Amino acid sequence: MTGLLVFWVIFALMMTGLYVTIAHDNLIKKVVGLGILQVSVFMLYIAIANVRGAAIPILKEGESLYSNPLPHVLILTAIVVGIATVALALALVIRIRERFGTIEEAALESAARDWSER
Amino acid sequence: MRDLFAVIMLSGIYSLIAASLFITMDAADVAFTEAAVGAGVSTLLLLKTLALVDRHESTGPTRPGLAITVVIATGALLAYGTLDMHPFGETHTPSNDHIAAYYLENSIEDTGVPNVVTSILASYRGFDTLGELIVIFTAGIGVIVLLGQTGTSDSEIRPAMRQHLVLRVVSKILIPFIMLFAFYVQFHGEYGPGGGFQAGVIFASAVILYSILFGPEAARSVFSNATTRILAVSGVLLFACTGIVSMLKGKAFLDYSALAEDPVSGQLLGILLVELGVGITVAAVLIRVFLEFDERRWQPDDQRGQS
Repeated sequence: MTGLLVFWVIFALMMTGLYVTIAHDNLIKKVVGLGILQVSVFMLYIAIANVRGAAIPILKEGESLYSNPLPHVLILTAIVVGIATVALALALVIRIRERFGTIEEAALESAARDWSER
Repeated sequence: MRDLFAVIMLSGIYSLIAASLFITMDAADVAFTEAAVGAGVSTLLLLKTLALVDRHESTGPTRPGLAITVVIATGALLAYGTLDMHPFGETHTPSNDHIAAYYLENSIEDTGVPNVVTSILASYRGFDTLGELIVIFTAGIGVIVLLGQTGTSDSEIRPAMRQHLVLRVVSKILIPFIMLFAFYVQFHGEYGPGGGFQAGVIFASAVILYSILFGPEAARSVFSNATTRILAVSGVLLFACTGIVSMLKGKAFLDYSALAEDPVSGQLLGILLVELGVGITVAAVLIRVFLEFDERRWQPDDQRGQS
């Protein structure tokens, strides 16, 4: 059971991110919440790849046990793709703010309605 | 917490702690990337956005009941799913015994690269990496389309950080070393932690630091819009052309063994070229994205229509 505790802690972090994304109206907070969720998913992958007592997967003499390199590759690229998509999300937030004057979801709905009626 | 500045700083700290956690779980390459991207560039972009929107959230959580229900239900399902999983740190799990064992055994013979993460990234799963590079490239285009049409940048030139003498002197000394380190990470990625993704981010962060301290005009004089555009495209092209050349030489797409007489040195050459392509595109896209965020001024659509 203690071996699974690590995953449960990661799930708790993941759910914190999900909570922020759902519960808050502010778009910046939603982006930050998604970021927390994303990093927690990275942790899950790296935790699955981890082997107790193993070495960093850079091959060298006298070492036979390595951590699983495949999830490392997946997450490495996911992090950089993540920053690119976050940048895109933030660019959208800036444009929304410029057009509707707010980034709060509730206010945004009425602002968008006004704008479409204009 | 209503103050978004504090929220953003905390999320940066969270990324940094996650990076140190990755180190303790033997994922050096990942930790490297997370520290540079999550704690560095990502925090910076969020702060740049905050300069253009309101600093404070107007209300607290609006749907706490719904959110808590969804979160608990999802969390419980996930935890239930772990009951069939192997405990943390076990040697023989399905994910470790499957194809990863093959990579660890054959990386040296197939590609001559001791850093297995690099050999998988650039060679075994090169097709994946090409796809992800194109995602980054596309996201960069998206940001340019959304923010880049401001036309003439307004005459309002900020004093940048001209008054911060200590910062300016220290970073003037640091920036060349950061760039040198980026090249080291780029070309030593086969033997130590590192590679094109990390090098691109580190190089970009050197330029970003320069831009913060000496103003975006100074950075633009080296990395103009045309330069970053050409660099971003040429990185992707370099990657794809390496694949096409290996096709023309009679092997599969991105099978670098065809690039030289000896398959292993062909692989080494291919990995070097592909990582270079990745590094160039990532650096160019991040520099351009930051400059777009940096030069954006507060301008509501109404005013733009009138002027």
